[in-house]
Amino acid sequence: MKSTRPITIALVASALASLALTVVYLRGGQPQAEGALLAVSLGGIAVALVLIAQRFLPHGPFVEQRDVEPGAPRERMLAEEDFDRSSDEIERRGFLGKLLGVAFGALGLAALFPIRSLGTKPGRDLFHTPWGPGVRMVTGENAPLRLTDIPVNGFLTVFPEDATHAADAQTVLIRLADGDLPPGPPGAAVEGVVAFSKVCTHAGCPVGLYQAETRELFCPCHQSVFDVLQAAEPTDGPATRPLPQLPITVDEDGYLVARDDFPEPIGPGYWNRGR
Amino acid sequence: MIRKTVGWLDARIGGSAFTRHALNKVFPDHWSFMLGEVALYSFVVLLLTGIFLSLFFDPSVSETVYEGSYEPLQGAEVSDAYNSVLRLSFDVRAGLVMRQIHHWAAIVFVAALVVHMLRVFFTGAFRKPREINWIVGLTLLILAMFNGFTGYSLPDDLLSGTGLRIAYSIALSIPLIGTWLAFLLFGGEFPAEEIIPRLFITHVMIIPALIIGLLAVHLAIVWRQKHTDFPGPGRRESNVVGSKLWPTYAAKSAGLFFAVFAVLSALGGLIQINPVWLYGPFEPQQVTSPAQPDWWLGWVEGAMRLFPAWEIRALGFEIPNPFFPAVLLPGITFALLYAWPFLEQRFTKDLEYHHLLDRARDHPVRTALGVATTTFYLVMFLAASNDLLARWLGLEVGHVTLAYRIAVFVAPALAGYVSYRLMKALLLSGAETFREMPFAALRLKKRPTRV
Repeated sequence: MKSTRPITIALVASALASLALTVVYLRGGQPQAEGALLAVSLGGIAVALVLIAQRFLPHGPFVEQRDVEPGAPRERMLAEEDFDRSSDEIERRGFLGKLLGVAFGALGLAALFPIRSLGTKPGRDLFHTPWGPGVRMVTGENAPLRLTDIPVNGFLTVFPEDATHAADAQTVLIRLADGDLPPGPPGAAVEGVVAFSKVCTHAGCPVGLYQAETRELFCPCHQSVFDVLQAAEPTDGPATRPLPQLPITVDEDGYLVARDDFPEPIGPGYWNRGR
Repeated sequence: MIRKTVGWLDARIGGSAFTRHALNKVFPDHWSFMLGEVALYSFVVLLLTGIFLSLFFDPSVSETVYEGSYEPLQGAEVSDAYNSVLRLSFDVRAGLVMRQIHHWAAIVFVAALVVHMLRVFFTGAFRKPREINWIVGLTLLILAMFNGFTGYSLPDDLLSGTGLRIAYSIALSIPLIGTWLAFLLFGGEFPAEEIIPRLFITHVMIIPALIIGLLAVHLAIVWRQKHTDFPGPGRRESNVVGSKLWPTYAAKSAGLFFAVFAVLSALGGLIQINPVWLYGPFEPQQVTSPAQPDWWLGWVEGAMRLFPAWEIRALGFEIPNPFFPAVLLPGITFALLYAWPFLEQRFTKDLEYHHLLDRARDHPVRTALGVATTTFYLVMFLAASNDLLARWLGLEVGHVTLAYRIAVFVAPALAGYVSYRLMKALLLSGAETFREMPFAALRLKKRPTRV
């Protein structure tokens, strides 16, 4: 029963796999072969060790006593006495002890200040985007857009000119079909083209999918659905607020521009968003 | 040679008595006691592979042009971080297999921690005197989950960038401190440039150091208190029965290490994971669909998808929607888990020392609560893929979500009730296994116990 053969086989297989691994590596490497061979190298040793333990090592069962209660009440009492005796000296000078506490407390507070260096002050950053009156709408390549660049039922992601990295300013442009009434306040749309913030009001993901048949914007992160014809009100999913609408028009050169910034803060909520 | 070295050391610092005691220390043999070891060894693999990866990763979001050997992305504008991950994956020999073993090890590490914790819960191993190790272990789980998130957010790819975007919104949602917290963590308004280097140092230094420290405490306490054991012939509260550390337990445990490493190598070599080159570089205006986090955050993601479109607004102040499923729920979850040993002590008034474990049937209420709670989180975990299920079944996502909203309450209640009945019946019938248990026992009428 106590044969050494399987152990020998496992160890030889392990050694051979390690050699093969070296060859694979020297010949330029190949991920699948590397993983599989490493598994054999390590697995062979694993099998050998477990078999050695099962077949040749003492099993007992061995018994060891344990302290049901790890503590030692007498030692604990003596320790408390020693501690009290030496701390009496400090306690007798109560004023100094308190002052020491004050000094440590103040130092602790002062030590918290470097945390402030970690970031900029939120201030009003979350309330504004780079959009403003007359700011041109551009593609990701900073190319300005005319109305004719957007096909009917088309969907385009645009940025303020020279601010194509402004994540909070990403906006979707949608050209509605002829029968659809553009939503929003009068003058917000231009020739059936409407613009909404692309940042989901739930958790900030880009509202990346537009279904032209139902005029719905869809967020792939948590499945919020926004109805474009109802001024991007959420109709399903966890979002609670519509996507803010960017009022747009066309400038004298025929390029699409914003009339203003978004009328309210874009994106996910925060405690003082309404202030 | 070894003898000589040991003699030299003992002559200078002593320690032979301890060594002898350690070699003869007895460890009980039960397969379920290996779960914690699987977690430990996955962590060792994480350290080994992680050191290699850290030598190649460049934690910077400066723009560069990709010129490596992966053709579809050649000429693309990418960050240095993303560029270095692609270089590691395609142009560094053994780089991809190391990266994939590392990611698989993280998945197995957290899974082993969770299963280990379930074992500890259902067998009552957290009872006095082991409350401290329950707390330390739970903290290790939280750190592991957090480090998993910081790790997969490093490559600056589209999927993980979306995850960071959501994390930023979750931080933002906390009342009063949310805006400051999000700005201090990220360095400013999303997507701030500081986040990748910060995640890097958190991932490779701060959290691993905490994990190593707490792991040492965890193991030292196990060593000091000695391992628990299941009841059985010759096993008492006052002893430990099993194999000695040297040589049998050491050989088996070392074998387990190599086995874990072998399985992770096979997974890392043969099963592709986190192919960031397919997701593309992070662009704040783009998003992957579908988008799911790594498995251990699935329950939070699912909760965010299931929680209805509610939020609280008054006087221009608000508590945004993500706060409830993504801050409050995890907060309550971990607070209850930390408190559980003490809650149970309060309810059962059991302040005795316990070194022998319960079986699940010995404590039907605890078992039922554990099963119900596990089911609750499992349903939320599944709900994180509601979009995939809807697509697969050809249903509307809204309907699937509604079904999950019902299931998240009904399924735990049902699972808890059924497990309570089963455990109680097993206990009262005195049968050893379910197969031996007479069907009538399910009526929970007391029967004479067998001897």
